Parts: sequence; structure tokens; C-alpha cells
Amino acid sequence: MRDVELDIEPQRFVALVGPSGCGKSTTLSLIAGLDAPTAGTVSVRGRPVDGITDSAGFLFQRDALLPWKSVRDNVLLPLQLRGVRGSEANARAAEWIGRVGLRGFEASYPHQLSGGMRKRVSLAQTLVYDPQILLMDEPFSALDVQTRNLMEAELLGLWQGSGKTVIFVTHDLEEAIALADEVVVMTAGPARVKARYDVTLARPRDIENVRLDPRFTELYSKMWNDLRDEVLESYARANAAG
Amino acid sequence: MRERTRPVNRWLVTATQVALAVAFLAGWELGVRAGKIDSFFFSSPSQIGATIGNWWHQGYIVKDVLITMWETVLGLIIGGIVGIVLGIVLASNRFLGAVFEPLLVLLNSIPRVTLVPLFILWFGFSLLSKVVSAVVLVLFVVFFATYAGIKDVDPTLVANVRVMGAKRMDVVRHVLVPSALTWIFASLRSAVGFALIGAVVAEYFGASAGVGYRIQYSEAQLNTSGVFGGLAILMVLVTFVDTFIRWVQRRVLVWKPVEL
Repeated sequence: MRDVELDIEPQRFVALVGPSGCGKSTTLSLIAGLDAPTAGTVSVRGRPVDGITDSAGFLFQRDALLPWKSVRDNVLLPLQLRGVRGSEANARAAEWIGRVGLRGFEASYPHQLSGGMRKRVSLAQTLVYDPQILLMDEPFSALDVQTRNLMEAELLGLWQGSGKTVIFVTHDLEEAIALADEVVVMTAGPARVKARYDVTLARPRDIENVRLDPRFTELYSKMWNDLRDEVLESYARANAAG
Repeated sequence: MRERTRPVNRWLVTATQVALAVAFLAGWELGVRAGKIDSFFFSSPSQIGATIGNWWHQGYIVKDVLITMWETVLGLIIGGIVGIVLGIVLASNRFLGAVFEPLLVLLNSIPRVTLVPLFILWFGFSLLSKVVSAVVLVLFVVFFATYAGIKDVDPTLVANVRVMGAKRMDVVRHVLVPSALTWIFASLRSAVGFALIGAVVAEYFGASAGVGYRIQYSEAQLNTSGVFGGLAILMVLVTFVDTFIRWVQRRVLVWKPVEL
């Protein structure tokens, strides 16, 4: 990554798109405080990031649930780590397990659930401690198309009106446009911000039908022009290197 | 996708195992009776059985087994705890790991059996020398498994709990240790064998009771039935402890997708 300059307004749903390996995930790690930048600064809510960002929640592409904890204990964990205990913690965990539609699965272990259900648990685990910023690193890319659409709709439902800022990394332009208020296109490494687009589609959105909106198609072709060059570039480089 | 495989018939497996054991023992016995095998050197199943029966009547077996078990279990517990703690500390602190891990590899290359006479010199014919020689075998097996188990942890799991607010000790408790438990249990099962070897070898070098002492005593009298009898008792002991550890393992690792 080099010369990435990116300001994200609070309460917005922002999607980062770009070719694989361009540094989208690194951007999220920097914001979360999991990695420190070799040069430059990252600030969250006006304060430089120094250690883990308290107000952030992170949804990973890979399964990140603890396989040795039940659904309930996985959702309780962030509360315990933040000093919320007893009946308040139990009530909040139960509420979120219900909100992601997993009531009745509290005692199940992750390996007993489908990929989509595990993602729902991850979502509950992240939202249960009410982070102001949600960092999502291609969270649904490992799911099948139907489950993925369901999860996208569910995410929008949970986010709508929550006042949370979402930074959503994806390589799928359609997903980015369908979900976000703003799409940031990044260049093939070294990563820079190539272009930013406002997505003016109305909210609340219907994930199923928004893709049929003529404005969706229009935005898609505009952004794809930008993205295509980067994808081709990164593809050519990968081939030259391979 | 996995290939379709038919489940193994458990009864057939057990029946085959029993048949093989019976065939082996019968062949041995008949060979001795027919004069093809010299019973002075190789004893025979019936003589071994008679020796064990004799020991039983004299009250040796219960006493020897209890002593050897006690040494083994103490060695397993102490060696296990030290190995697990060392593994956790050295695997979760990079500086300490870099300093001490090569040292442990070096120490592990020492053939421990050669140290046993030293332990007897230092700690006498007592329980302590047996436990120490079991500990120095168990320790390394468990340490390396714990160390590898923690190094093997999926970094995504660690990143996830760190973002949720986990401090260093929280990561150890909620991620590193549970993740290493599978490895630790696998190592404990082989550690049982090592603990017993440690205890028995130390008894062999200097003791007044225990299964190892019984084997050594029989050997000194050129009593091959006694040697085999002692070995048979050891086999039963190991099977017993191993079954116990598997029982615990199944209860601790309930979250595992596969039957252990």
C-alpha cells in the first residue's frame, strides 16, 4: 500500500472494491488496530489508532468463531472480555442470537451449523457489544449465492437506522453497489484510491430487486470501467509473476 | 469429496484380533510342548500364567502394580503440568520461545535411560528417583505437543478475539489453550507409555518393589517366565490408563466434529 488517503464519514456504509491482493484487507486491519502502519497515520473518530480500536467490530472472511465454544458462549465472549457479566450479558446475548434467527441453537457448537448459520453467529458476536464501526472483510464471499443474498439483506436490516459506520471490503462490484452508500475503487498494488462513487439508490433497499433498477446498471457500468483496468493490470502482473 | 467407504465391521475387527492373539499364544504353547521352542529361553504362555498366578497368591502383584502405577501417575501428572505450562509460556512469548525452545530440543536428544543411574545416585532407591525419570520423559513429549498446538492456532481466531477486546491472558485462556488441547491429549496418550518406561527402567536399576523390580529380579534368576509375566502386567496397565485418558478426552473435547 502507498499513498492511500481515505476519509470515511460516520454512519455511512462504504464499500471498498479492488483487485485481489490490493490491500483492501490491510486497510481494515489498520483501522482495527490489528496491524500498525509502517508509515503514515490512521485515525478513528479523530484519534490516532494506537492498539486495538475499541469502537470497532470485525467480521472476517474466514470462520472466526471459537470451535470449542457453543453459540451462546461465542456470543457472550466479547461481553465478558469487556466486563459485562451476569444477567445483563445473558440477556444481550440471547437477544442477539434471536435477532439473527438462531433461537434454539444456543447450545450448538459451530461445526454443527451450516456456513450461513455460522456467519449469523459471527454477526451476533460482533454486534452484541454495539461497536460504532463495523469492519467487514469479504464476509459473505464463502457462502453460496442464495445464502449470500439472504445475509446481505439481513445485514442491511440490522444496520439500517443503527447509526453505525460500515466499511465493507469486497471484490464483487454488484454486492458493493447493492449494499453501500459509497463505493471506493482501489488500484492494483501499490494500493491507492482510484475513484469514489456515491450510490444514490434509495433506502431502505430491497437486495433482490435493487439490481434490476436502471440506475444500478448505470452505476455498475461506470464503476466497472474503472475497476476493469485495475483487475486486468493485477491479472497481467500475476501471470507475469507466475 | 470423500470417497464412499463402507464402515468397518467392529465385531469382525475384534474377532480377528482375538483370533490372532489366540493363534499366537497357542502356537507358542504348542511349539514349547512339541519341543521345537526351548522353554528355558522363551518360557511358554502356561508357565507365564502360572508365574503370574503364583505372584498373585504371594500378594506381589497388587503391591507391585500399585507402586508402579503410583510412580507412573505422579510422573505423568508432574511431567504433564510442567510440559503444558512450559509449552504455553514459550509458545506465547516469542522472546522466551526463541531462547529456550532450541535448548529443549537439545536436552530432548539426551538418551534419558542413561540418566536413570544418576537419578538413583541423587535421589536414592526411593519413589523420587522413579518419578523423576518418568518426568524427564513425559515432560518433553507434552511440551513439544503443547508448543506445536499453540503455534498451529488459526491466526484469524486470535485476531477476532483481540478486536473483541481480549488482553494477552484472555487470548491464552480462550484461544491458545483450548486449541492446543487436542494436541495435548494426543501427546498424553503416548506420554502414558513414556511415564511407565521411565518408572519401570528406574525400578529396574534400583528398587525393592514394583513391576520393573520384579522383571529385573526374575532376569537375575534366569527366570524368563517372570520376565514375560512382568511385561504382560505392564501391557494391561498401559491399556487401562490409556482407556481412562480416552474417556476424559471424549468429555473435554465434546466440541470436536469427529469421534475420537
